[in-house]
Amino acid sequence: MPDLLLELFSEEIPARMQRKAAEDLKKLVTDAIVEAGLHYEGAKAFSTPRRLALTVTGVPTHSAATREERKGPKVGAPDAAIQGFLRGAGLASIDQAHVHYDPKKGDFYVAHIEKPGRDTKDVIAEAIPAIIRSFPWPKSMHWGTGRLNWVRPLHTILCTFGPETEEPEVIDFEIEGIRSGNTTRGHRFMAPDVFTVKRFDDYADKLEKAKVVLDADRRKDIILHDARDSVFALGLELVEDEGLLEEVAGLVEWPVVLVGSFEEEFLKIPPEVIRATIRANQKCFVVRKPGTNELANRFVLVSNIEASDGGKAISAGNSRVIRARLSDAKFFYETDLRAPLESRLPKFKDIIFHEKLGTQAERIERIEKLAAEIAPLVGADVDKAKRAARLAKMDLVTEVVGEFPEVQGLMGKYYALAQGEDASVATAIEDHYKPQGPADRVPADPVAIAVALADKLDTMVGFWAIDEKPTGSKDPFALRRAALGIIRIILSVPVTLRLGAAILKALDGFFDKDEAAALARFEEKQLAVSAQDVDGEQDLDNALEAYGHEFRRNLRTRSSALIADLLAFFADRLKVQLREQGARHDLVDAVYALGDQDDLLLIVRRVEALGTFLDTEDGQNLLAGYRRAANILKAEEKKGESFEGEIDAAQLVLPEEQALFVATRFARADAESAVGREDFEGAMAALARLRAPVDAFFDKVLVNAEDPAVRINRLRLLASIRTATLAVADFSKVGG
Amino acid sequence: MSDTLPTHMRPDRSFQGLILTLQRFWADYGCAILQPYDMEVGAGTFHPATTLRALGPKPWRAAYVQPSRRPKDGRYGENPNRMQHYYQFQVILKPNPPNLQELYLDSLRAIGVDLGLHDVRFVEDDWESPTLGAWGLGWECWCDGMEVSQFTYFQQVAGFECHPVSGELTYGLERLAMYVQGVENVYDLNFNGREGDEKLTYGDVFKQAEEEYSRHNFEYADTEILFQRFRDAEKECFALLEKGQPLAGSNDQRHRMALPAYDQCIKASHAFNLLDARGVISVQERQSYILRVRELAKACGAAWLETAAGGKN
Repeated sequence: MPDLLLELFSEEIPARMQRKAAEDLKKLVTDAIVEAGLHYEGAKAFSTPRRLALTVTGVPTHSAATREERKGPKVGAPDAAIQGFLRGAGLASIDQAHVHYDPKKGDFYVAHIEKPGRDTKDVIAEAIPAIIRSFPWPKSMHWGTGRLNWVRPLHTILCTFGPETEEPEVIDFEIEGIRSGNTTRGHRFMAPDVFTVKRFDDYADKLEKAKVVLDADRRKDIILHDARDSVFALGLELVEDEGLLEEVAGLVEWPVVLVGSFEEEFLKIPPEVIRATIRANQKCFVVRKPGTNELANRFVLVSNIEASDGGKAISAGNSRVIRARLSDAKFFYETDLRAPLESRLPKFKDIIFHEKLGTQAERIERIEKLAAEIAPLVGADVDKAKRAARLAKMDLVTEVVGEFPEVQGLMGKYYALAQGEDASVATAIEDHYKPQGPADRVPADPVAIAVALADKLDTMVGFWAIDEKPTGSKDPFALRRAALGIIRIILSVPVTLRLGAAILKALDGFFDKDEAAALARFEEKQLAVSAQDVDGEQDLDNALEAYGHEFRRNLRTRSSALIADLLAFFADRLKVQLREQGARHDLVDAVYALGDQDDLLLIVRRVEALGTFLDTEDGQNLLAGYRRAANILKAEEKKGESFEGEIDAAQLVLPEEQALFVATRFARADAESAVGREDFEGAMAALARLRAPVDAFFDKVLVNAEDPAVRINRLRLLASIRTATLAVADFSKVGG
Repeated sequence: MSDTLPTHMRPDRSFQGLILTLQRFWADYGCAILQPYDMEVGAGTFHPATTLRALGPKPWRAAYVQPSRRPKDGRYGENPNRMQHYYQFQVILKPNPPNLQELYLDSLRAIGVDLGLHDVRFVEDDWESPTLGAWGLGWECWCDGMEVSQFTYFQQVAGFECHPVSGELTYGLERLAMYVQGVENVYDLNFNGREGDEKLTYGDVFKQAEEEYSRHNFEYADTEILFQRFRDAEKECFALLEKGQPLAGSNDQRHRMALPAYDQCIKASHAFNLLDARGVISVQERQSYILRVRELAKACGAAWLETAAGGKN
């Protein structure tokens, strides 16, 4: 069966967009083929800096004719119904409809809609212009006098269709003056001439001869292998970088790997900065001494041409640029080293963290206080935690971080070590941002843990206080990530922390220290505003400031609702996290339903113990007994009775009810005391001892006794089973 | 072409030779070779020959050198490639010809870049000027890893969609000259192409200026005067736009003072840049100043579209 070949040849497509664009093209074209009632055997899309290409194999030349019957209204139905039917079925008049009979419905209209088969060439010629016009580029543009939108100016379209054995035909169409054809061009510099193409293998083959490697994955392979080989020959090792490799493969049609060098003295710059400089600005790879993390004074660049001098000039040119970049980086680094970190503190007074949450300086102050509160709970030295919190953000205004935001934290650590800070303090500066994502590591040093928790809690509480919570897919301040970070730290370190109390402490930082004075200032400004003796910008400032004060005043009254809401958010995130780890979220619910649960570590341990218990036979039977008791109670409680009252021991008639009475009292007391000791296994074991008496009770005792006093007493006994289990979890939430 | 030139005129031997070669190249293509705009601007794009001419339906082709002032980039003449004053070579073609990339590469050949020896690349770089309310898509053009030009297809200027689209080429002349002369420090560039006693370097011409202006920009420019200058320019811009409205009852319903008004927008922008360098504009204020300049640019753009050159008959 015939194959389709399509190439859209344009000016340079941004590297980051190429792969997705090729996949989009494949999906859109194959969807259009299927939509038209055709099918295909296979499809593969390709991209280079200047082209998107697609081959679709095994497409029939025609689509089959189709016939569809569409049922309509009854004969004699109101005219509106008839008209609607005709419109829907595309009939001109009711004479074109057939009348069918059905014993239930009687006579009714049926439209026989027949679609003739279509030429695949027509289908494609119609589909591709539409696909091009509405292509989902993340950013697109016009050019010249045209109205077409493409990522960069589109120059030619190659589109052929035909069986393997014959000369394929050009599928003829035109879009904004670009007429489809069967020609393309090779490499911009090495083979710029136009040539004719038949089908895919011919296309790929001729491109290869014209110095274009069509397949991005092959370009990546070539780059990776050549890069490894060329540095190996120098006794060095490539620092591999998948993201950079992908990008570089999108910058060349014909990869030629070259090695450049720079002066040894630049190796004094931290390796991360060298790498960031060389990677971000020059899209080159760094190289290290084998088996170490020590960089070498070489780099790998990927050129797009086989130069007439073997690449000497290209390599020299790139080396010169990298030398200039590194000398900038070195200058920045040395400048940064000259001033102690904390000397930058005043700058943070001018940096707004968020217009409703004040400056970065205020934020640093809050984090410092909060870290000091958290430090004893995580075994960190209070003074070190305070010091680390104070210094943690300082590198944000350094020259190096200004240039390369990705080394924030890390540079702080370097500068802290250089000025003789304690190692824990330096580590905390780097690690307080962690964990950033699910793959990132969790801080291990207690000082880092204290600052990391304080930083994230301050962020969350602040945005909660101004009601900027994540909604749906929107989470502009990455609050879900912050919550997950807190959860991961607490669970993996592990940290015993009452979140509610911690949140309250964090909230403290947002209260104005001198509200009365602030209020007076606010009112004074209000007067100024109403007298209109300030200009427009100041009005805005005043309004914002006024908002700030009002927000702080309201905060006190909103505190408890805010804490409850934040805890619920943490509960949700914890559930997501536990579910991803394979835990049963109904068990999490069962524990949360007890109320007042804000120690994440205890929650998780309780959930684990509960899960283990419920997997045992004792657990299963106790759960069944619990459910039976709960159902009976529910039915009775519906009638308006309550069975929470004291059990009258004198009214316990049968030995099984006497046994249960004793067992529930012991089970409850033992379970509660075990929970008090945070011994959840012990608590479950205490509950397990209930199983036999519960089973025996249901076996031998009739709850609905004739004597109302006995009956009430037995129902109270059932209620005591429920109460005993509540020492551990709310079993009513347990599913399955 | 460069083979027939006397040595001192060659683009790879002198800074001025490079400029002259580019001018010849684009003159030969049919561009009007304009002279620099006689005002302080941050980039060649600010020249009305680009900003305003990019608006409206009329075709336009021009090329010119524009001295560009970026007060914040001053380094007292101590940095080998950062200056508060430098030259851009600007080419603006409306509508962009379909072979603009090829033309650009030809211009590189003209200044002596051997494209069989060097690695020229078009790397994504979208351009945006918040103060001009303008954006476009294009690339930074790399030669052996060095960014030597900016290539942009204007999509919007002064808040108006560009149709037809202009192609803009901006050559960083010092960078390019350093490249073709093989020099690592801008101040070592040969300016006049002569050797020995007759040789004039870029440093001879501009180093003292860099030192003096860095002092001025960072330390001594009077901020009160500059704030006043900003407000005056803003006020005058709106006043000229108002007074330039078509006269009541006249047959000519075109705007009469778009260009003078736009000059005031340029003045306001430069005053802002100086204030920014002096460090007296806070982070929040910065945004509001940028918005104020943009309002001027938009109003001037709107007025321009009401003039003959802007396409109004």
